Amino acid sequence: MTRSGGSPYAPHTDAETAAMLADIGVEAEADLFDIPEGVGFDGAFGIDSRSEREVRTEVERMLGRNDDMVELLGRGHYDTYVPSLVDHLSQRAEFLTSYTQYQPEVSQGFLQVLFEYQSMLAELTGLGVANCSMYDAATALGETATLADRIRSTTGQRVLVPAHLRSGKRGVLDNYVAGTDLHVETYPMDDGCVDVDALAELAEDDVVLVYAESPTVRGVIEERLDSIAEIADDHDALFALGSDPVSLSVLEEPASVGADVVIGDASVLGLPASYGMGLGMFATREEYVRQVPGRLVGASEDAAERRAYTLTLQTREQHIRQERATSNICTNQAWVALRAAIHAAWLGPSGLVETARDSITRTSRLADAVDELSGIDGPVHERHHIREFVARTERPAADLVDALADRGYAVHGVDDHEIQLCVNDLAEDDLDGFVAAVAEVIEG
Amino acid sequence: MTFDQARWRRDDEPVYEPLLSEKDETTVTIDGDDTESADDSAVDVPLPDHLTRDELSLPELSEPELARHYTRLSQMTYAIDTGPYPLGSCTMKYNPKFTEDVAALGDAAIHPDRPERRKQGTLELQYRLQDYLARIGGMDAVSLQPPAGAAGEFTGILVAKAYHEARGDDRSEVIIPESAHGTNFASAALGGYDVVSLPGGEDGRVDLDALESALSEETAALMLTNPNTLGLFERDIEEIAAMVHDVGGLLYYDGANLNALLGRARPGDMGFDIMHYNVHKTFATPHGGGGPGAGPVGVVDELAEFLPAPRVRRSEMGYEEFRPEQSIGKVHGFSGNWLVLVKAYAYIARLGDEGLADASAKAVLNANYLGEQVEYEVPYGPFHHEFVASAGEQDAADVAKRMLDYGVHPPTTKWPEIVGEALMTEPTEIESKDTLDQLAQAFNAVIDEDDETLASAPERTAARLIDQTSAARNLRLSWQALDE
Repeated sequence: MTRSGGSPYAPHTDAETAAMLADIGVEAEADLFDIPEGVGFDGAFGIDSRSEREVRTEVERMLGRNDDMVELLGRGHYDTYVPSLVDHLSQRAEFLTSYTQYQPEVSQGFLQVLFEYQSMLAELTGLGVANCSMYDAATALGETATLADRIRSTTGQRVLVPAHLRSGKRGVLDNYVAGTDLHVETYPMDDGCVDVDALAELAEDDVVLVYAESPTVRGVIEERLDSIAEIADDHDALFALGSDPVSLSVLEEPASVGADVVIGDASVLGLPASYGMGLGMFATREEYVRQVPGRLVGASEDAAERRAYTLTLQTREQHIRQERATSNICTNQAWVALRAAIHAAWLGPSGLVETARDSITRTSRLADAVDELSGIDGPVHERHHIREFVARTERPAADLVDALADRGYAVHGVDDHEIQLCVNDLAEDDLDGFVAAVAEVIEG
Repeated sequence: MTFDQARWRRDDEPVYEPLLSEKDETTVTIDGDDTESADDSAVDVPLPDHLTRDELSLPELSEPELARHYTRLSQMTYAIDTGPYPLGSCTMKYNPKFTEDVAALGDAAIHPDRPERRKQGTLELQYRLQDYLARIGGMDAVSLQPPAGAAGEFTGILVAKAYHEARGDDRSEVIIPESAHGTNFASAALGGYDVVSLPGGEDGRVDLDALESALSEETAALMLTNPNTLGLFERDIEEIAAMVHDVGGLLYYDGANLNALLGRARPGDMGFDIMHYNVHKTFATPHGGGGPGAGPVGVVDELAEFLPAPRVRRSEMGYEEFRPEQSIGKVHGFSGNWLVLVKAYAYIARLGDEGLADASAKAVLNANYLGEQVEYEVPYGPFHHEFVASAGEQDAADVAKRMLDYGVHPPTTKWPEIVGEALMTEPTEIESKDTLDQLAQAFNAVIDEDDETLASAPERTAARLIDQTSAARNLRLSWQALDE
């Protein structure tokens, strides 16, 4: 039994290939290609084939050139410790190598996981509808703007976003509204929170969406969500809140403060830093369900009257409605949603709340520790923080960032004299080491 | 048949996997700083009471319970590792296991905001993958940022728009063949373009006369996949490219069907200006129950300055990020679905020139062989990696349900609409002759069956036929919405 093909994953023996070609009635595989001569290609990409072992070694070596660092990086994306259970279960081939559940009768398991993911988001947000994933928080924000455009298209074009917004998120939003008549404006912040008076001044009846975050990109917990919601409501605009599921386990329930949409990155559950790979969370009120972007899993019954799950309201989607679809999203982040669901279930309600509480106390502990050093004050904002905060530095922030990097610590420089520090779930030892390094760098 | 989801259950036993919420739900009371009467089960949170919620109710389970719960649910999920999955246009390939290990390396999991000099390994891998993809597509520059194929289409549309606008040329239309993927239409519309739908010719390919009348000074781009969704190669591609370019439009390549062409033809050589790669299809990263994918975009030189930022280039320190001169900005908050990209790199490196070409050869061989064995009519050919059969008098959706009873996943149904009751079938290169024979047997068993049998199928799956109408009419999208 010989197999002389080049792909290690094509199972054909030479005899089978010959038999199949004979059955079709052609002499060679090349005869099956109906490609005009003018556009043919000889296959010479110049890419050498390597053995599995060689590829592993090569990638290990290459990625090994990344410095070994303790990262205090956040700003909307977090390195999360993920329990082993999540890796093992999500790597089960049935989950990993299936596709969209177009045949629900043989996809009940994955559909139920997604239904449970939607359910957990419904509990955390208080909203009736959560979809079963978008790419990341930034694209979810873009989708929210187009949702607001569909719902409020007759009333206006303005989208209001906070001055403290990650530039990448703003960039994605700008691209999502590029094909609409929406335009995005920034409203000011007041000591890390929304400047509610300024927002009220800016808001008129032509506003279709007010977006706010809690926690903000600077780790600040927003103090006046209900007032922001009221401003949006007064002008018949949607109020969208950016947050994350871990924070939501302790913060005010978005639905109860008037949020119409909750978005954010749910990869704070289930996914390590992964160079920015995300999981877009999207939840909204039931009245907008037919305008929701992305997939929805619904409960139904099978012919034996047993509970069963299926993708539902697919008439919103691009494969049916084409250019009138609510979104172009097709392949989503289902497997990441599965990881988030397993991680959330592993934590349970007490675990989620404790994780959030730890993030709050550890952040304030680190803030106190650096504040005690001379040459650095933190946090800049006299507010409540979760996960991260901004500190003011006497030396130029860029110098400090470099000096800390030389000692193996990565932090954000966010302004000429501001750095941002994220504790997330770093080990206590690493935090102690970091404080010592800051002391050394400042004194040095 | 090799796969039967019902094999683990007794005939008289109801199949029912309880929800997490039905096991043991716990309510945690959350006490803010200024709450006085804390009960025993409350968790104190160092925040003022008005910033905290009162309670959180979710299931509380032990790890062993969860292990069983999710393992059972995985067993109720059909996957490429459990059986053939010939979903046309989805390219359901085997997912090599070593690529998972490569992507799980600790050094792959860094934060994207690290200083460039501290993430040279990641930048190098990005650079090398950009280069591989450019070679494979015959393109000059590649952005890895789009997190899925449709996101790649949207990016390509934005790049086309930026290109036209930079030339002071405001164009309003994108032309798309009727048979194209639905995402093409949605992505063009999201980019703000009017969609001009192009009817297909009698042979299933682009009708040059129809194209001629659709083209105008308003044409920003023509979006095309080649081979098209019927598996047919657009033989007139050079002429199509010339016609589009003549009116100042751009030619966009939908990479969903690239698996048919590896090493045989390249979009760049055919005259395409922009393309996306569905690396999760063509390069065999897993589909993960619907994602994540990754949809890198390749362009010719003239368009490189419009690609999303950042891109990666060589520099004195090794590699650095840069913003193309007239970049459209961002299409993902960070750098896209990085772990998927790592897997794509590992796969391409493993196969190399010879392996990639062989993958296409075997994919086309398999489709043609299966097409030969299936007794349903296949109205269009010669086809490449996929074919569209017609269920004729039968309902294609019912045919699909019945195929489930024969232990295989059915093809994509009722699309493209050019073929009545379409069964769009793509076996990919990973199936053996035996498996293809089994698949053909399933098709051919169903062709002889009566409507009643078809309408009541499936019978041997974990769930029987599911009522889609009631799911949509009586919406229950969470366990909170389930009836007591």
